[in-house]
Amino acid sequence: MGKITFIAHDNTEQVVQFEAGDSLMQIAVHNGVRGIDGDCGGECACGTCHVIVAREWFDRTGTPGDAEEQMLSMTPERAKTSRLGCQVKTTEAMDGMTVRLPEFQM
Amino acid sequence: MSTQFQAIEVIQTKVVNATSKVVPMHWQIRALKQVVKAKKKIFGPRRPIPEFLEAPIPDVSTLAIEDIDLSNPFLYRQDQWRAYYKRLRDEAPVHYLKNSPFGPFWSVTRFEDILFVDKSHELFSSEPLIVLGDSPEGLPVEMFIAMDPPKHDVQRRSVQGVVAPQNLKEMEGLIRVRTGEVLDSLPRNKVFNWVPTVSKELTGRMLATLLDFPYEERDKLIDWSDRLSGTAAATGGEFSDEDNIFDAAADMAWSFSKLWRDKEARRVAGEAPSFDLMSLLQSSKDTEDLINRPMEFIGNLALLIVGGNDTTRNSMSGGVLALNQFPEEFAKLKAKPELIPNMVSEIIRWQTPLAHMRRVATQDVELRGQIIKKGDRVLMWYASGNRDERKFENPDDFIIDREGARNHIAFGYGIHRCMGNRLAELQLRILWEELLKRFENIEVVGEPERVQSNFVRGYSKLMVKLTAKS
Repeated sequence: MGKITFIAHDNTEQVVQFEAGDSLMQIAVHNGVRGIDGDCGGECACGTCHVIVAREWFDRTGTPGDAEEQMLSMTPERAKTSRLGCQVKTTEAMDGMTVRLPEFQM
Repeated sequence: MSTQFQAIEVIQTKVVNATSKVVPMHWQIRALKQVVKAKKKIFGPRRPIPEFLEAPIPDVSTLAIEDIDLSNPFLYRQDQWRAYYKRLRDEAPVHYLKNSPFGPFWSVTRFEDILFVDKSHELFSSEPLIVLGDSPEGLPVEMFIAMDPPKHDVQRRSVQGVVAPQNLKEMEGLIRVRTGEVLDSLPRNKVFNWVPTVSKELTGRMLATLLDFPYEERDKLIDWSDRLSGTAAATGGEFSDEDNIFDAAADMAWSFSKLWRDKEARRVAGEAPSFDLMSLLQSSKDTEDLINRPMEFIGNLALLIVGGNDTTRNSMSGGVLALNQFPEEFAKLKAKPELIPNMVSEIIRWQTPLAHMRRVATQDVELRGQIIKKGDRVLMWYASGNRDERKFENPDDFIIDREGARNHIAFGYGIHRCMGNRLAELQLRILWEELLKRFENIEVVGEPERVQSNFVRGYSKLMVKLTAKS
């Protein structure tokens, strides 16, 4: 059990509890976090679970694969620490992590 | 198709590109029209242009599985598509048709399999075209939806700003004002055709804005788009005369070249670049000289007008029809207008305005026990995937608060996913918000008329009667 904070584009914060092993997208969708769509259901095929990880936490989220890179490159809000939530499997080490949401999920 | 003809078209495109600096593009296209005519006289056409005469389509249960042909452009009009798709989903989800007016092709009809094909762009190429048939002979237009990485990625990136957040926010107010204007001008308590009056009018206005196209000439955009997507050889559409397509392409080339040069001149004169499509193309290194590659120039502009036209237009009509076929959903909507965003996704799923996308296998691929050979055409039937009972409960029902409505496959998945999806949703959301403010009822009168195509699932006529709110 741990906590992750999602910060929407308008700076409203939503803190959700998570069980390690679920993806960031699943956690967000199950907790009704606004601003995460997850249209393809976790297939790395739509780009609508885009999150921007706080820099100090980025290393703990692993490395984006080729398919993820390609989907991320299609969003105009791409940032250095962008990830697709469905491709980030949560671990205990992510307790306390903060991620920001883009203005639009493209 | 013979490689000889492809080779001729490659040479032709090189000539067109090389001469584009000195010869106006619309002259080039008119010249191509003559070249093709001469070529056809000498060699005969590349492939006989299919002629489609409407005949009653047999009940699918009377056919042998190997004879089921989803390319029939009347399947949608005659309301047989559900049964045809369902039989393939159940009995032959990866299905090979040996002979069709478009040549042999595979049909993939289950949601899960379509997703696999769509995601696997290294196994399934989008080149040279994403519809079942061929582009008009002699007019091998190139567009990024029908390109593979890395060229695709570069070209898509240079135009995606047109639907980026900054633009969407600016557009919202404009769309609302225009939608309001159109709705306020509609007749009350009188039967009229919804398609030209609302659906075409609103999408035409949007396109003119995106392209910064002369507003009073916006009907041209709709006409070009209809002719390009309605080519018989490409989609089984109603335009079987290829001269017609050349004329549309030449007109389009002339208008767009003029617009391009005009933008360029204004920029040189110090005007700040705006966020319309032409300006974006001119401000990206990779596309600033697009005008010197006419087949790509026309192709990409055609892609953006077709992409933003048939799709949103027919979803605007489809939503009205759906709410009439499911009146309890209309009641639900009036009681809970906050369901509009979810309903918009459900409209897009239910309508699925584009039936398919085509791919070509880049190597032999095994899928559900079938071997798709390198070079084979593979059709992903989005319209079937969105009615797959393995993915959606009661898939034929229109349910405005359906859970997971957003998971539809109408926008495609993977690197070719619809670029204008958020804009389309925005347009549809505003339309329904503004409709509910004004009208108590939108009643469909009689049967709609559907267009002839195996690609566009659209309406040419939808007679309605509006009752104003008291």
